[in-house]
Amino acid sequence: MSSAVSELRRTPLCDTHSQLKAKLIEFGGWYMPVQYSGILQEHTAVRTAAGLFDVSHMGEIEVRGPDAEKLVNYVSTNNASKLKIGQAHYSGLLYEHGGFVDDILVHKVSDTHFFICVNASNQWKDHEHMELAKLKGNYQAEVEFASERYAQLAIQGPRALATLQKLTSTDLSAIRYYWFVDGQVLNQPARIARTGYTGEDGFEIYVAPEVSNEIWNAVLEAGKEFGILPCGLGARNTLRLEAKMALYDHEITASINPLEADLAWIVKMDKGNFIGRQALEKTAADGITRKLVGFEMKGRGIGRDGYEVWLDGSPAGWVTSGGPSPTLNKNIGLCYLPTEKAVPGVEIQIMIRNSPVDAVTVATPFYKRAKG
Amino acid sequence: MSYPETYKYTKEHEWVHAEGAQATVGITDHAQHELGDIVFVDLPKVGSQVTKGQTFGSVESVKAVSDIYSPVSGEVTAINELLAKNPEKLNEDPHGDAWLIKVKLGNPGEINELLSAPDYQTYVGAE
Repeated sequence: MSSAVSELRRTPLCDTHSQLKAKLIEFGGWYMPVQYSGILQEHTAVRTAAGLFDVSHMGEIEVRGPDAEKLVNYVSTNNASKLKIGQAHYSGLLYEHGGFVDDILVHKVSDTHFFICVNASNQWKDHEHMELAKLKGNYQAEVEFASERYAQLAIQGPRALATLQKLTSTDLSAIRYYWFVDGQVLNQPARIARTGYTGEDGFEIYVAPEVSNEIWNAVLEAGKEFGILPCGLGARNTLRLEAKMALYDHEITASINPLEADLAWIVKMDKGNFIGRQALEKTAADGITRKLVGFEMKGRGIGRDGYEVWLDGSPAGWVTSGGPSPTLNKNIGLCYLPTEKAVPGVEIQIMIRNSPVDAVTVATPFYKRAKG
Repeated sequence: MSYPETYKYTKEHEWVHAEGAQATVGITDHAQHELGDIVFVDLPKVGSQVTKGQTFGSVESVKAVSDIYSPVSGEVTAINELLAKNPEKLNEDPHGDAWLIKVKLGNPGEINELLSAPDYQTYVGAE
């Protein structure tokens, strides 16, 4: 453990996790549950029934004011002008050189108010980045660091809706994917978004920290009949990997741009200027030299984060995330390879403890839920 | 789970059960519990040499890779084939069916330097 446990940040649900006998670990400066009953069991619960995650370590930044939309558009890659009130989208915060400051979820609360969910360990940096952009561009907007006002719970899986519906009068089936409603859960104000990081249907709810334990327990009780399980960061990681969702410091970093990360779809070049735009224009014109691609192990072994990827007898890239896929019962991963090789069907080797083990690049996502 | 009195243990959480010049090596219940769901076991070839205190293979859980250190020195005479197909057995029966390797001891005296079952239990209790 890199820091003394006493120095780690805790979510308001930390004692509840201990009571549930979770295994708690250091994660990005937080003391977080990595698993309760077991990663495989929790993963399966989310794919077949429901799982409940404490993701209160995630940060929240609120942008308000007459120039809120302009500022959000200037600091992020997606086009916030396209969002309707009550809609959310995935986006990127970039440096001028085109690398990622963070990946974010932007929610449009009103024409003058945007609510942004950001990664835990990046939240202060994100806030500063946005604050500086505001000052530099003289935008009439307030950028509030709001993380302390929110706990976030994710209820994910095919029975997530039926579970959460017992605790709210908001008609959840009327909320479309990547839309949200400001309603109530257990009669407490809650921002209820149909979003998630698992590749499954589900909801992420933002509530006051003081009521988060009560809501956590109520969700577990409501989902009992479906087989809901509390889930930790371990299952969150295997689930997001199967769905090929990026994890900061793995697929995306300060030295990786969205085109390399196979995230061109969140970059809207037709929306006007934004931080990183010039660099991306140049990158697009020159062509990218490396790109993210999925792989499956063919030989015995698991390609893990940071392992070298070899091509025709030479090192050619690196694994960004890798591990077992409980749903597919294969060992899968994501890696960077030279652009022309970052296509399905290329034979590669992953260097596992100094031995090359055969793998092949594949189409992604590895797992896609049946829409129903 | 109880720790067999006839086994010896390391602080790296391996066990060894010596019967004459032959020994069986595995990881402890504490180790499998700490690792979580085990999904892959990498073992040396039969006929290779292992050295006390040196790694001879690895066990992977969903989240992480852990090296296994040999509690004894000698020649590998068998590896547990069961674990290639059923690595999860290590979570179920770490002190029994899910042994890792059998070793022909090069220096049987090494065994005496290891922890007894009560000492190991005290050690993991305090860890």
